[in-house]
Amino acid sequence: MVDHTESGYPREACGLLLGRFTPGSGMRRVADARPAANLNLERAADRYELDPADFLRLEQAARAQQLEVVGVYHSHPDHPSRPSETDRLRAEEIWQDSESWSYLILEVASGRVASRRSWVLRQGVFAEEEIQILPFRP
Amino acid sequence: MPVTVRIPTPLRPLSHGRDSLQLAGATARQVLESLERECPGMRSRICDERGEMRRFVNLFLNEEDVRQLKGLDSPVVDGDILSIVPAIAGGAPAGFGKALRGIRD
Repeated sequence: MVDHTESGYPREACGLLLGRFTPGSGMRRVADARPAANLNLERAADRYELDPADFLRLEQAARAQQLEVVGVYHSHPDHPSRPSETDRLRAEEIWQDSESWSYLILEVASGRVASRRSWVLRQGVFAEEEIQILPFRP
Repeated sequence: MPVTVRIPTPLRPLSHGRDSLQLAGATARQVLESLERECPGMRSRICDERGEMRRFVNLFLNEEDVRQLKGLDSPVVDGDILSIVPAIAGGAPAGFGKALRGIRD
């Protein structure tokens, strides 16, 4: 994910977080992050549009491993890792009143990941969620 | 054997958590009508008031985007997989992306 967003700089890069929801806790365990194409070539500096064919392919691959899509990541080149109004509006179209999956945003400043924060949309408002990095357990 | 409809996470509250359903129909539109009967409220999340697909939703028949086929009138046969795929998009506030603008300049 870091390599993908840094190598994509100064364009926005995006991808999916694959893992499992933990029922009742609101926690999502991410096992893998997979890149997808950004179809918005016109405004790749400040917009992303995740290729739906990539979504389908990655979701099928996840399903084969008993995983599912638990979130989306994208980069903000030279901009803080907090959701923009565009992020909020596009997420709200998908989720409406439901609680969303995770939206992980990576700030890429001058080609290097400078910060990463994760957000959940609830009732049309983004709230930050804690990120914990756990030891790898195969 | 009916058509399998794959439900993405954002729509699962309407399918009682199910990630796929087996439904009947001869076209994508008819399958969505079956889906609406099974899961009320689903159609309005996928189609607009005119009954056409919303801009922010994609529908794939097996591996192909139905917009590249005959849209909602695309014929389906038993064993097909119809996948509802959310259009995921967003981005930083306009006016940022200075480095890319520098390249364009």
